[in-house]
Amino acid sequence: MSTFQFPPSIASRPTYGTLGPRAGAAQIMLADAEGAEALLAVAKTDPELMRRAHVIYIPKHTGAQFIDQLRAANPAILHVAPSYAACTQRLHRVFSAAPMGAQLYLAGTEGLIGQAMALALQIGIPKSAIQTEHRGSVARRVQCVHCKGITEDVMIDPFQCSHCGLNLFVRDHYSRRLAAFQGVCIDAEDPGNVPPSVELYS
Amino acid sequence: MTIQFNDETFRDDYTFRNSDWAIRRFPFPFHEDSYMYSVNMERHRGGPEGSVYAKRFDVDEHYISEMRDRALVLAEDPLRCQSLPHMTLAGWDLLELIMVNKSEDYPDLFELDRDGNKWRWINKPLSIDDSFIFMDEASLPYGPMEYITRQTQGDFAVLDQRENNLWMDAGMVTTQADWSLDFDIGMNFFEWHAPVPLAHEMGVFKRALKFLLNVQQGNPARRLNWTMTVNPLLDTSPENYHKWGVQKTTLTPENLGRKQHLRVELQTFYRLPRSNALVFPIRCYLIALEDLVTIPKWGRRLHRVIRDLPVELATYKGFIDNRPLILDYLSQFDDGLPTSPGVWPDLDSEPPLRR
Repeated sequence: MSTFQFPPSIASRPTYGTLGPRAGAAQIMLADAEGAEALLAVAKTDPELMRRAHVIYIPKHTGAQFIDQLRAANPAILHVAPSYAACTQRLHRVFSAAPMGAQLYLAGTEGLIGQAMALALQIGIPKSAIQTEHRGSVARRVQCVHCKGITEDVMIDPFQCSHCGLNLFVRDHYSRRLAAFQGVCIDAEDPGNVPPSVELYS
Repeated sequence: MTIQFNDETFRDDYTFRNSDWAIRRFPFPFHEDSYMYSVNMERHRGGPEGSVYAKRFDVDEHYISEMRDRALVLAEDPLRCQSLPHMTLAGWDLLELIMVNKSEDYPDLFELDRDGNKWRWINKPLSIDDSFIFMDEASLPYGPMEYITRQTQGDFAVLDQRENNLWMDAGMVTTQADWSLDFDIGMNFFEWHAPVPLAHEMGVFKRALKFLLNVQQGNPARRLNWTMTVNPLLDTSPENYHKWGVQKTTLTPENLGRKQHLRVELQTFYRLPRSNALVFPIRCYLIALEDLVTIPKWGRRLHRVIRDLPVELATYKGFIDNRPLILDYLSQFDDGLPTSPGVWPDLDSEPPLRR
């Protein structure tokens, strides 16, 4: 099973639900990796809804595992993208063209959900029309507070900023605008003294 | 009185000093010998003559040097000043509030002439004399919030009010106690306070928000907050923590009185008239412990507060590692005598330190 029960957390962190079919003027679905399972669950509940859906899917490490199943669910459009960055322009286009009453389904990693949510809200899709479900990796997207660079798929704490190279710990603080946690230098007061990294939620 | 402005620095050689006048008017934040979070909100309607509460926007001997330090921070990192697009009107509200109040409270330092929307602003300490069109951004060298807060001590968070919440949608933040405007911009009241320990569970933020949502125009409020800072460093930002953090390890019993500072924020809250936004000025005052203990009551009390502070708070405020060293120093100034209630120095009635 690709679901994960997050421990009780801070006020700034988003919480996720379970996708369910909702009537709407358009059905837009976006998922990465195991997020596909959440979309397939919607398709199983309401195959007719799936046949009207525009699905954008980023397989990441799952390769071809879910692509055939998604295709078999027979969505109106299935676009498979190699990365979130690669499909950002398409998302922009699809979200902007969404009619009043369109329903948006976001499923998969926190990084994907957070970025797509920020983009959709910025474009003007109302929050009440957006459902989210976390699936798969519990990796976090982290912004380095020092250089402002964002490191994707952070699984350990502390970690090294992929931009400036500082050793960062992940502060329990999340920005919806950036769709990222805050990373802060861990050895500022004792340079070089970096504790061993631990796996998240281990 | 005429203020003698200091020529001093808040970085590198740290020439910042408080005069005897500045020490006696320091906003000591502890009204009793212990401290715990509370909403501690009161009306901001003046205070004893000469105190930091007397004027709406206090100007003191550090004014010119603090503004110079702010300009340095902004040159290095322009993201310290940001305003989301819908906040420009609140910026004009803020510019008006500060110009009107400062010209009324300090007529010898600031002048404002208004002829319809043609305004002339004279800031004598900073040698500024600008004429501009009120509400016309193109007539000022910066946006209205940035323009006026480059000339006003203290950080500024400008909060939009909607959905029964407050949203951090604009700000000028260069003298902060370790929080990032760039990260927090766009967050609501509960989100930007998320990292603060204990207070959520105590319901402090719910009560504070309820109070703030009801602040009315012409009826500002205030509270104090505090922390500890090694060296008189105004810019204790998370952005630069990898540079200044190491300074926290430079304390020794010999230099502690000079290097360790109590950092107090006078936070005020004003409703703005056109935008209905809430502006939240956060004014930072620093005092070296060796200066603070020249007020016997404050020396006694600070020792007791720091000694009895819960570990979570000392950790959050960033001085848990230095607490033993700080207590060694402060204990010399605590003879165990009782202290008078309230924050004032009470120099005439409190006994000198008994050795």
